[in-house]
Amino acid sequence: MSQQLIDAITDMREDDALNITDEMLANGTDPLEVLEACRKSMEIIGQRFEEGDCFVPELILAGEMLKEITEKIKPMMQEEVDSAEKLGKVVIGTVEGDIHDIAKDIVTFMLDINGFEVTDLGVDVPPAKFVEATRKTGATVVGLSGFLTLAYDPMKATVEALKEAGLSEVKVMIGGGQIDDQIRKYTGADAYGRDAMTAVNLAKQWTGG
Amino acid sequence: MFTIPDNWGKLSPKERMEARFNSWMSLDVPFASPEVQQAYKDRVQMVKDVIELKKPARIPVIPWIGVYPAEYGGITAEEAMYDYDKLGQAWKKFNQDFLPDGLASAALMGPGKVFEMLDYKIYHWPGHGTPADTSYQCIEGEYMKADEYDLLINDPSGYFMRTYLPRGFGALGPWQMLGPFTDIVELPFVGLGLIPVGIPDVQQAFKTFMEAGQAVMEWISAVGPIDGGNIATLGLPNIIGSFTKAPYDIIGDTMRGTRAIMLDMYRRPAKLIEAMERIVPLAVEMGVRYATVSDTPIVFIPLHKGADGFMSNKDFEKFYWPTLKAVLLGLIEAGCVPYLFVEGGYNQRLDIITDPDIPAGHTAWLFDHTDMTEVKQKLGGWACFGGNVPGSMLKAGTPQEIEDYVKRLIDEVAQDGGYILANGAVLDDTNPANLHAMIDTGKEYGVYK
Repeated sequence: MSQQLIDAITDMREDDALNITDEMLANGTDPLEVLEACRKSMEIIGQRFEEGDCFVPELILAGEMLKEITEKIKPMMQEEVDSAEKLGKVVIGTVEGDIHDIAKDIVTFMLDINGFEVTDLGVDVPPAKFVEATRKTGATVVGLSGFLTLAYDPMKATVEALKEAGLSEVKVMIGGGQIDDQIRKYTGADAYGRDAMTAVNLAKQWTGG
Repeated sequence: MFTIPDNWGKLSPKERMEARFNSWMSLDVPFASPEVQQAYKDRVQMVKDVIELKKPARIPVIPWIGVYPAEYGGITAEEAMYDYDKLGQAWKKFNQDFLPDGLASAALMGPGKVFEMLDYKIYHWPGHGTPADTSYQCIEGEYMKADEYDLLINDPSGYFMRTYLPRGFGALGPWQMLGPFTDIVELPFVGLGLIPVGIPDVQQAFKTFMEAGQAVMEWISAVGPIDGGNIATLGLPNIIGSFTKAPYDIIGDTMRGTRAIMLDMYRRPAKLIEAMERIVPLAVEMGVRYATVSDTPIVFIPLHKGADGFMSNKDFEKFYWPTLKAVLLGLIEAGCVPYLFVEGGYNQRLDIITDPDIPAGHTAWLFDHTDMTEVKQKLGGWACFGGNVPGSMLKAGTPQEIEDYVKRLIDEVAQDGGYILANGAVLDDTNPANLHAMIDTGKEYGVYK
């Protein structure tokens, strides 16, 4: 039945996915098996996204299905099972003055399903908050998101703040609608990305994952 | 105001467009001199030529301007939304110093005071949720609920009045108590129908609404003369006199929100499509009405959520394009010129948007991250195009880089006419030398020989 669940999720058949989950749980299937099917599904969807075969609606719906299935399983779990080895820690957020979150959320989702522990600081995040979160979590990668051209200067300020705080070994990646290599140089970031998979690949590269 | 002639019904879309352009060209304002008036006419002629896919005297340079004139004029974006004297000085200085071929309109900043009075909840604006020097930004949210599609479809205006506006504007919350105006069909229903209007909270909401209307009059009687003055003294036509949106973006931007509309594509696709179809005539009517009132044929349409990466081509053809196409056809039919600001990348969409049903020489498409050689290949001979000078370069590049970039664009894609030089992303952040490099290079190097 695991395969049926994987098929339903990856075919974006939400109702089927939820019904199959109910059926599996009613039949006494180990909740961990359901979770494993979800993990595999997310991996497939992530691959399709990377290959340009699925897009934002599919990622959002996949995220919803994952949430709904996890909600069903939660009461049946004895303890937290989130013991899978993480590839690394990433702090991410939309920079100060910018409240756009769609792209950032997609990057967070893709990092998460690719095995990173992501601390998402939300939107309109001042430089000091990035510094604080990086220190606290011990993250080695920081992702700065911004949609407006007015995000350029706050990105620059955040990169500088991390350096001033002695966190210059932390790798910084930037992304957003108006980000390119010229802005990477301008802000002093280590790399930039035009899509979520670039963020995943950069993080893997930097963490040796 | 454009006066619809008596024989309108007998005119073809092309003749209607011609009539609108003629009226725009013969704008009756006290121009500073015959030379300024001629410069105005020349600029309108350039726009008309490129729309009709001809080679004008030179390439029109029409940057799409955001909040940058505020910074350039030494004020914050917040001041530009609240202090109309400062707004006027800054926008005059900007237009005067850069002389783009399209007016940087002071009206686009909007009246901050009015948003505040009405307690507008769908946006942050400078000094009110975003920093004083940043542009306004939409707050993602489900301002229309998933189960409200039928309400919207059955009675869009009623839905806006009694559900959407009360949710989006705190001060209009009590309007939720209003009944539909369509109740009032005969004498006995008048009294009954008006009962909700007497409720104290509803009365207060209407009072605030009236005060907001008054504040809007203060604003428009300040910004009207600012723009009018710049047109009359500098000869810059106002390009953006009208606007509308793609039905998918109308629902996706500020009603359902990005996440929700994308889930709707799977959870209730038929309802979403029905609602977008319902919105088509409203979107057309809005564009045509503002074009008529402002006496400019151009209807500005920013495209948001159909860009590359947002959805598959299959979904674009199913959800985004059909109703956008219907809006474009409706505008063209009325003699208006859809002027599309194609945000993001459209590299995957070019074959779809160059739809043979859309007549050649009636639209303009300004791109950002789309390959302009491809654009030229696919749109050339069918529609006017332009854009693409990167926002990143305008901020972090050098004047020389920008000059080179503009020259290359002109060499590679502008040689056959039908071309507008413009930046790719709304201009919020640049510096004077870089912006001059773009505009001045365009004007000097863009002369057709």
